[in-house]
Amino acid sequence: MAKITLDNLAHSYLKQPKSDDDWALKELNHDWADGEAYALLGSSGCGKSTLLNIISGLLRPSRGRILFDGRDVTDAPTAERNIAQVFQFPVVYDTMTVGENLAFPLKNRGADPKYIAERVNSIAAMIGMEDQLRRKARGLTADAKQKISLGRGMVREDVNALLFDEPLTVIDPHMKWELRTQLKQLHHDFGHTMIYVTHDQTEALTFADKVVVMYDGRVVQIGTPQELFERPAHTFVGFFIGSPGMNLFDAQVSGATATVQGVAVPLGDSYAPVAGQVQIGVRPEFVRLHAGGEGLPARILRVEDVGRHKIVRLDVGGTAANAILDEGTPVPAGADRVSFDTEAINVYADEWRVAPGTAQGRAA
Amino acid sequence: MNKTVNQKAWFLVLPVLILVGFSAVIPLMTVVNYSVQDTFGNNVFFWAGLDWFRDMLESERMWNALGRQLVFSSIILAIEVPLGIFVALNMPKKGFWASFCLVLMSLPLLIPWNVVGTIWQIFGRVDIGLLGYVLAKLGVNYNYTQNVIDAWATVIIMDVWHWTSLVALLAYAGLQSIPDAYYQAAKIDQASRWKVFRFIELPKMAGVLMIAILLRFMDSFMIYTEPFVVTGGGPGNATTFLSIDLVKMALGQFDLGPAAAFSLMYFLVILLISWVFYTVMTNLDKRDGV
Repeated sequence: MAKITLDNLAHSYLKQPKSDDDWALKELNHDWADGEAYALLGSSGCGKSTLLNIISGLLRPSRGRILFDGRDVTDAPTAERNIAQVFQFPVVYDTMTVGENLAFPLKNRGADPKYIAERVNSIAAMIGMEDQLRRKARGLTADAKQKISLGRGMVREDVNALLFDEPLTVIDPHMKWELRTQLKQLHHDFGHTMIYVTHDQTEALTFADKVVVMYDGRVVQIGTPQELFERPAHTFVGFFIGSPGMNLFDAQVSGATATVQGVAVPLGDSYAPVAGQVQIGVRPEFVRLHAGGEGLPARILRVEDVGRHKIVRLDVGGTAANAILDEGTPVPAGADRVSFDTEAINVYADEWRVAPGTAQGRAA
Repeated sequence: MNKTVNQKAWFLVLPVLILVGFSAVIPLMTVVNYSVQDTFGNNVFFWAGLDWFRDMLESERMWNALGRQLVFSSIILAIEVPLGIFVALNMPKKGFWASFCLVLMSLPLLIPWNVVGTIWQIFGRVDIGLLGYVLAKLGVNYNYTQNVIDAWATVIIMDVWHWTSLVALLAYAGLQSIPDAYYQAAKIDQASRWKVFRFIELPKMAGVLMIAILLRFMDSFMIYTEPFVVTGGGPGNATTFLSIDLVKMALGQFDLGPAAAFSLMYFLVILLISWVFYTVMTNLDKRDGV
């Protein structure tokens, strides 16, 4: 197990990257603490898999260094890094049995046969395939194959880190929960450093201690699920995490008041003058609907009942917005105003969050 | 489900039946016809029953030709299949050089058989051929018209030159269909190069390799033009393979009866071996397709 440090890391798939857009992974400095479970969250094509492949050594970064416990491994081959990785699509060795598949990484490292048998059995129990160990892997369902891939990733105990590249994409929902829980249990038991790539926020939030959100080749925020929810550092985080995502309104901010569509909205804190394109962001959970009184004029477009709560789709002066009401709360009759929980409002300038009270800058 | 019965539909199949009848069944039946009759000329035929078949089965000449044929096919399969795989493994995966290699490899496949024969016939000549001349200068006593080993070596190298590309191209296609993730996973699992070949590349190539082996086997088993042009079946009968012997018998000696019996048995052998291949291949597919 090891602490993994990314030092000024950047990658481009082009030989001579010119503009900013040519970089699949923009410059990045980060420590992956030993023994933590991270989720790497972002939409498709934002550089998540690139980053993962750089860490495991399948890809050499164009720039910067990568260190394991302070040792530079930028040029070290995958084997030397002692990392386990599970890929999005199942990789099984067709001609081997399920058991041989699970034993393969251990055998290649010349482990003791008795130890191998023991590990294979416990991993098989974990993925629920004890009774199929002697079956040939050829012809199994995608589900089963991916479980074998996961098993092969977990079979070694001494790995520096376990990397998962959207491993549950092909698995059916019921098994997804179960495997994710087992992965968490595994992390709890053995304390491996785990990095779990996904574009599914539920998966990220339930699996990880810390979620790393990537957008357009850049890490935009690293934080606990709660931090991501309450204080999204970038409008993308606000939009991507949460269902539905954060509401954004163009605004002018001075002191502790934001002006949205000519209406004053009180803020929880006082802000230094903010330049650039200024927006305020409020999660639907903190939007209140009422008839008349204070707030922004709004029109209810429709109400979606999703079971645990209701989502109210709104038109606020031409801007689409959402509000969430608890299951038991009825939509107020004749509601034509929205107001926001003051403490839950975040201020953004040019998409980045502005910390209250400070001069404008990127706040973590 | 109810099937509509319409006997007129047979008319749709009729053209194919007629085509196959004229191109395959009728010619084959004339061969069958010859194989059971004897003649002393003047277009007068006598019933001979299965005598010709019996004769052929007892004929040392046919068994020798069959033996040579099997040795030849085994040798070229033993060379071309591993060599083709080796070439495919070492070809560039993409970019300009991949296309370049593909074109280069396809070239021998495009040359007509008798031209290939002529090329090698001249290439190997001691007086004017580049290969023969250079070997003679180096002091190697090489002469494919006199020496049995030299004749065999020439014919085999010629076939390898002509057809290894086919195996390589098929194997290459098989390799190209392997997703990157397999190689990445193998790296993570610390599989050696040999294990990558044994557990990833070979199983993924198995299907196309079976086709390559079948094609190469059938083709080499029926080989005629190239050795005929180069060695004419000699020296002596050293490179007289089944087809060459058959032509000698049918056209050279005009022994129509024995030649017809011979070709029917030849046909059955190829059919039998192809059937075995086919069965093995479909079984492989079944294992894949669950």
